[in-house]
Amino acid sequence: MKDIDRREFLKRMGVGTAVAGAVIASGCDSRKNVVTGDTTPSGPIPKDSMTYRVNPSTGDKVSLLGYGCMRWPTLPEDDQTLDQEMINRLVDTAIEHGVNYFDTSPAYCRGKSEGATGIALSRHPRESYFIATKLSNFAPSTWSREASIAMYRNSLKELRTDYIDYMLLHGVGMGDDGMETLRARYIDNGILDFLMKEREAGRIRNLGFSYHGDIKVFDYLLSRHDEFKWDFVQIQMNYLDWHHAREINPRNTDASYLYAELEKRGIPAVIMEPLLGGRLSKVHDHVVARLKQREPERSVASWAFRYAGTPEGVLCVLSGMTYMEHLEDNLRSYCPLKPLTREEIEYLYDTADIMVQFPTIPCNDCKYCMPCPYGLDIPGVLLHYNKCVNQGNVPENAQAENYREARRAFLVGYDRSVPRLRQADHCIGCNKCVAHCPQNINIPGEMARIDRFVEHLKRGTL
Amino acid sequence: MLRKLRVILAVLFWLGTTLLFLDFTGTVHSWLGWMARIQFLPAVMALNFGVIACLVVLTLLLGRIYCSVICPLGVMQDAVARLGLVGRRNRNKYSYSRPLTLLRYIFLAIMVVAIALGLGSVVALLAPYSTYGRIVATFLSPLYTTVNNLLALMAERMDSYAFYQHEVWFRGLPAVLAAGVAFVVISILAWRNGRTYCNTVCPVGTVLGFLSRFSLMAPVIDTSKCNGCGLCARRCKSSCIDSKAHDIDYSRCVACMDCIDNCHQGAISYTVRPRRRSVDSDTVGARRGFMAVAGAIAGSAVVRAGEKTVDGGLAVIADKKTPVRKTRIVPPGAVSLRNVERRCTACQLCVSACPNGVLRPSSDMSVFLQPESSYERGYCHPECTRCSEVCPSGAIAVISREEKSSIQIGHAVWVKANCVPLTDGVECGNCARHCPVGAITMVPSDPADETSRKIPVVNDERCIGCGACENLCPARPFSAIYVEGHENHRVI
Repeated sequence: MKDIDRREFLKRMGVGTAVAGAVIASGCDSRKNVVTGDTTPSGPIPKDSMTYRVNPSTGDKVSLLGYGCMRWPTLPEDDQTLDQEMINRLVDTAIEHGVNYFDTSPAYCRGKSEGATGIALSRHPRESYFIATKLSNFAPSTWSREASIAMYRNSLKELRTDYIDYMLLHGVGMGDDGMETLRARYIDNGILDFLMKEREAGRIRNLGFSYHGDIKVFDYLLSRHDEFKWDFVQIQMNYLDWHHAREINPRNTDASYLYAELEKRGIPAVIMEPLLGGRLSKVHDHVVARLKQREPERSVASWAFRYAGTPEGVLCVLSGMTYMEHLEDNLRSYCPLKPLTREEIEYLYDTADIMVQFPTIPCNDCKYCMPCPYGLDIPGVLLHYNKCVNQGNVPENAQAENYREARRAFLVGYDRSVPRLRQADHCIGCNKCVAHCPQNINIPGEMARIDRFVEHLKRGTL
Repeated sequence: MLRKLRVILAVLFWLGTTLLFLDFTGTVHSWLGWMARIQFLPAVMALNFGVIACLVVLTLLLGRIYCSVICPLGVMQDAVARLGLVGRRNRNKYSYSRPLTLLRYIFLAIMVVAIALGLGSVVALLAPYSTYGRIVATFLSPLYTTVNNLLALMAERMDSYAFYQHEVWFRGLPAVLAAGVAFVVISILAWRNGRTYCNTVCPVGTVLGFLSRFSLMAPVIDTSKCNGCGLCARRCKSSCIDSKAHDIDYSRCVACMDCIDNCHQGAISYTVRPRRRSVDSDTVGARRGFMAVAGAIAGSAVVRAGEKTVDGGLAVIADKKTPVRKTRIVPPGAVSLRNVERRCTACQLCVSACPNGVLRPSSDMSVFLQPESSYERGYCHPECTRCSEVCPSGAIAVISREEKSSIQIGHAVWVKANCVPLTDGVECGNCARHCPVGAITMVPSDPADETSRKIPVVNDERCIGCGACENLCPARPFSAIYVEGHENHRVI
């Protein structure tokens, strides 16, 4: 099964026949770089070299790097307020280097993302970029036709525009029962029909959906493609999820299947979570060494971006870039894209095989689970745990070689990362968060597990 | 020479004892814990005859070395008196005064009666070491912790785990007031007149003073060398040298050796003293202090998160409030409320040592400043026996981890009106999940309906009163399950 997946991916990328050539070519490239100073890691990033893909339905020339507006920076002194000045600078730099796809949602950044994105973008000519936003009617109180339409109209207002380039049904497949939730949010209230009418009227230029979770919903929406005419679909794809998504969580589906289904129908794919919220860059030291050995001058993250951008059916790869350094690093990966060779892809799959052996929790820090009604900082707890796993600070028992140091690093770091009142021991298991998690993590279960681990560490009974 | 030795020893003891109150990591105590145990009054309360005998013998041999070296409050007064001399041209500020013997014995009598009757709060207010402990725990400790937290912040920046954050916590207004009044009164007395407190109020000083009258060694004036200049008297913090009569009141002399160093004639030496008698007389005086005002600290309002519509953010968490407990809770090892009342000198060492924010000084007048447990900030972790290890007075006896898990200090009580499965209609069971002895079971709230929301039931026989349930209960500001104390702890 795994081999078939691999072959499929390679075939789709159209590099299957040119392995040797590609390897030699890349070798030449790196030699040339040394001589010319071109695209060396610290040199200037070229402004005219962005790789673009063409959207077959509208002919849009979309930059391969899309700006995800879910992780905008906050003020250093106040993590509740978005840092608009910094956001403007990030947007300016992105546009300057050819980025023209900006993806936001009414739910992102505690509801403040659209407004901040709108301010930053309105400083540029409207035709120089594409806006993607979503109908994020997750809360049952917004399921009514009126409330949903109000949300859509508010998006237009917040984004300071009278049309949306890319409109998505948000996170279909999520919820306790994916199909039922889909019907309640978009079908029974006539919202999908409404959005198709808006598309006809030109106020929505492309209509698609972003998918997580229940595969029945994905299959159902694609089965009615003739009727709905999806202009694009947003899926989660990266070298770990290509054939490990199901293994990591049986409720999820491997990206290889999702991408194949879209390609079969000629629907362009927008890729989300190419880096798994940093999980593919904050990796175990083993993995860092492994990837750095191959490309010592490029970041660990660059591998994930080159992977996601390589298939021709990918319209755009989204990255939620909080810091200028993230943006610059990603621009280097896509200005222009140096597609992965078959051998490099195999190398990444082998890396993924190693990565799944580390028991990290697949949290991408998207904060969809937040706010927890009982005050927990769920991503904070999970990310601290992952950090400790990757740094070797989750000892199996008191006999472990580095037990004392690991125990101190885990417990002291825990209090630093998460205030005591927001730690795992306060999870009551109300299960409200579970339906919100796009990765289908059993959050209360993980909280109970981490809590037990912490108690054992504290009591010295590991 | 002797004076220098005294100063060095005093500073070492003083630093060590102070560190005991400041250190929240528990490391200092394993090295210097004995410094608290050799304090006189705690040793008396603990019926620690070995220590008492040693201190009595020490005093009978060398005089009140205890007061000038071991007692941290005494050293603190010396430090304040020294500050009082800074910048003064004329350093001869003291003069001989007659002893206030009646007053001394009245305070001693009050102390003895209070101990006999188990009036802990009176004992607490008069005990010198405990008074010092309260001053450090109340005023110096927050400063120390703040500095530590700054270091922790720097350590965090450098990705080091050498320091970690610790909460700065002022433990209630009454404790602050009691410590503040004591500090101000004692400091003013020390600034103006040196060891007035030690020789008038302090019951330990009175007892040791009685013994030191018969001490083998003492500063002795050699009348053949003395030229009667009176310098010794004017430099004596205890005001105990009657230079005209060439007489030293050994009941008040704390063997500080200052007079020996100050005498230009070399007329005073620390030596075996000739048998002689001194006459006591009495006068009247009055020194008073200490009252407490109970203050309530207002809690913050509850904010319950509504339906989730956007991503991110943190729900506001309301502070927990202390429930009204019919019987107060004292930690495992305390044996009974009566034992604590009788033995505790309210030195705050256990309060300072508690790593879980459980112990705090009581504001109840009958047991004023003695420790009591409450679970708003943390609970009494089953692996922690720190308070029992540090207690110098036997109010909290030493217990092992194993013993702790079977000592019942109270029992949990369920408050239906606050329980979230009933109020919010969600699954919970956090109390049952965290009960270290498995005393809580979740049962359907409607016996007829297996699928109804589950509520906790407590097996009182197994409950040890650790407060994990109360602390981790999501209901705020009042938990839906709280602990009632037991007057006598039981072993189950």
